[in-house]
Amino acid sequence: MSEAVYPQSEVFHTEDMTISVGPQHPSTHGVLRFVVRTDGEVIGEAIPDVGYLHRSIEKIGEKCTYHGYVPYTDRADYLAAMFANQGFCMAAEKLAATEVTRRGEFCRVIACELNRIASHLISVGTFGQDIGAITPFLHALRERETINDLMEEICGARLTYNYIRIGGVGYDITQETCDKILTFLDHFDPIVDEYNRLLSYNKIYIERLANVAVITKEEAFQYNLVGPNLRASGIKWDIRRDIPYSVYPELDFEVPVGHGEKGTLGDCYDRYWVRMQELQESSKIVRQCLKMMPKGPAISKVPRKFKPPAGEVYVRVEAPRGDMGYYVVSDGSEYPYRVRIRTGSFTAMGIIDKLSRGIMVADLIALIASLDVDAPEIDR
Amino acid sequence: MQAFVDSLIQQGYFTGMPTQVVYAIAMIAAAFAVLSFFVAPLAGVTSWLERRVWARMQSRVGPNRVGPQGILQWLADGIKNLLKEDLIPAAADQLLFPLAPYIVFIGFLCTFVVIPFGSNLIVADLDIGILYLLAVTSIVVVGILMAGWSSNNKWSLLGGMRSAAQIVSYEIPAGLAVLSIIFLAGTMSTQGIIKNQGWAPWDWYLFNNPFTFIAFFLYFTAALAEGNRTPFDIPEAESELVAGYVTEYSGMRFLFFFFAEWGNLYVIGAVATILFLGGWQVPAVGDGLIEGVLQFVVFFLKAYLWVFVAMWVRATLPRVRVDQLMALCWKYMVPLSFLCVIGTAAWMVVFPHGNRWASVGMFVLGVVILLLFFGRVRYQIRHSKPELYLRPYI
Repeated sequence: MSEAVYPQSEVFHTEDMTISVGPQHPSTHGVLRFVVRTDGEVIGEAIPDVGYLHRSIEKIGEKCTYHGYVPYTDRADYLAAMFANQGFCMAAEKLAATEVTRRGEFCRVIACELNRIASHLISVGTFGQDIGAITPFLHALRERETINDLMEEICGARLTYNYIRIGGVGYDITQETCDKILTFLDHFDPIVDEYNRLLSYNKIYIERLANVAVITKEEAFQYNLVGPNLRASGIKWDIRRDIPYSVYPELDFEVPVGHGEKGTLGDCYDRYWVRMQELQESSKIVRQCLKMMPKGPAISKVPRKFKPPAGEVYVRVEAPRGDMGYYVVSDGSEYPYRVRIRTGSFTAMGIIDKLSRGIMVADLIALIASLDVDAPEIDR
Repeated sequence: MQAFVDSLIQQGYFTGMPTQVVYAIAMIAAAFAVLSFFVAPLAGVTSWLERRVWARMQSRVGPNRVGPQGILQWLADGIKNLLKEDLIPAAADQLLFPLAPYIVFIGFLCTFVVIPFGSNLIVADLDIGILYLLAVTSIVVVGILMAGWSSNNKWSLLGGMRSAAQIVSYEIPAGLAVLSIIFLAGTMSTQGIIKNQGWAPWDWYLFNNPFTFIAFFLYFTAALAEGNRTPFDIPEAESELVAGYVTEYSGMRFLFFFFAEWGNLYVIGAVATILFLGGWQVPAVGDGLIEGVLQFVVFFLKAYLWVFVAMWVRATLPRVRVDQLMALCWKYMVPLSFLCVIGTAAWMVVFPHGNRWASVGMFVLGVVILLLFFGRVRYQIRHSKPELYLRPYI
């Protein structure tokens, strides 16, 4: 409990006000809820209340076959379903020591990085909307729509893909689709500049985000932040680079970190800016993959009755919201004994209470948006 | 208006009726005419135009189904809202809650008493016109505070408190900006202020001296803040306060708030036109009727230009935070507006009959700024990317 920010007067007695932000609040990105205690506009504490979107995805995993569980992983984070697919498939492959075809790996990386662009577009777009700029949000969604079209062409689905399968990918990416992806990337790269001109360099926007809700390096470690939120605090940690998987070691890409671009290191603007830079990095990765993609089958031969030997694995992928981990225990049967998903948004929720003390109601919205927490990923 | 009624009385149209009754009937008729033939369609069309302009800027389509290009959308919305349930929450204040929208609406509608449509078209040319205008617009804050408090909703309360703080603060720079014009004109009557300016841009008070030039931007910014428009729309900030003071309202009461907001956009533009942009002044044409129509068109276009600018600003800028809003007002705009008042007074002492060279110079400066601005806009439009449509197998 923090002290009241303004000194209490003896003549005018004031009381703190308890407000429930959410679960139907417009800018809680789904169904989050915060119990906020405020002194007027200044927040005393904001306690996150999670669990409104719990669908027992982990428990369902114990009742599905390995193949049958892949579509469920889509729902773990529907803004970046590709990564959830990939995480589970990698875990299953590691359990059974299944080979993934090389073309399959490239298809995975292309699909994942396109998905990362789509997810970050949502993130920075809703960020703008939460700050009050509505036009950038629609411009971002417009581009995301094109990615959805591409995804539809790649795997037939626009949101929950079920594209990455154990042993490779469900469908090969055709040359025609590759050309379309390239056309999109040529179109998309200048869009980032346009977006910067419209939103990132806007004086009001910078004033709203710079020096707000600063997360220091130590706090980022202590609260177990991952992904862009961690990198914005100046820590160069990316699973793709540091615990490499798939074909990422062969690819040349930068890991953007926060530098205190417009204010303090680890403020809301840094978290925004890291995502903006990751958009360009993902575009770079997709371009390289399109050039390097070898010929061959997209999926290796995997038995229909997939029975990995008894054992347990933990694999990590770098999802748009950070380190996504799958802990899968196999007892040698067709069904996983236990599936546990570790997601970035859940740990990010933990730091909100600490950061929200003493900031204003409007800053709380900026803080939630800057951490890019995603309701389905928190509760699973 | 009063002169017109007086002339009718003298011509013997109302023999046998007390003069006060005739005046009362004239007032009601004028209020009815202004409300139903000008304000209601104007607010409605503004709401449609805002949605269309926004849609264009956001690469969307916008409402285009009702009538040509969707221009009758506002009628459909009005009918829809009339038919909706008028919900009054059980915990709300049963007297103040239903009353609040009307207070807001009255505060906005009363401004049309002194806003002219032409040299002869005005409801009442009050001697204290501008002061009256500032006074009645202040009623709006009472209505908003009533709405915020009586809803018995914490979001509404926060919105109402924000709005009260904001409107009261921004009255000061707006009032001071108006004061420098009152110095120059020597009158508070709206018609008197317009008559003191000329049709040519260098005769406008905007270009009279450097201080009025600044005062214009101060006025427009402060008026946007008073009208709760982006970037100052914190009282109803939908991403922070759900819907601010209108959270609990539904149906026609809800619409009344937005009716006032969209109508108020025109009032902002009209006051800017009266004070700074020469009002309805047109070059002499001779024919009375043509001149009247021309005056109306010129005034309307000048005023509506600022409605468009407000829409444009709203589509472009994010929202400021409440403490930044207050800092902007008290730390920058209030001192600057005092400077404008003192500067204008000093200018009047140094140049008792005005300075034509300064006016023309200011006019050229204004044109240069405008050209630079449009150059920048052109650059942005040329470098903006339209939608990429890949046509997948649909």
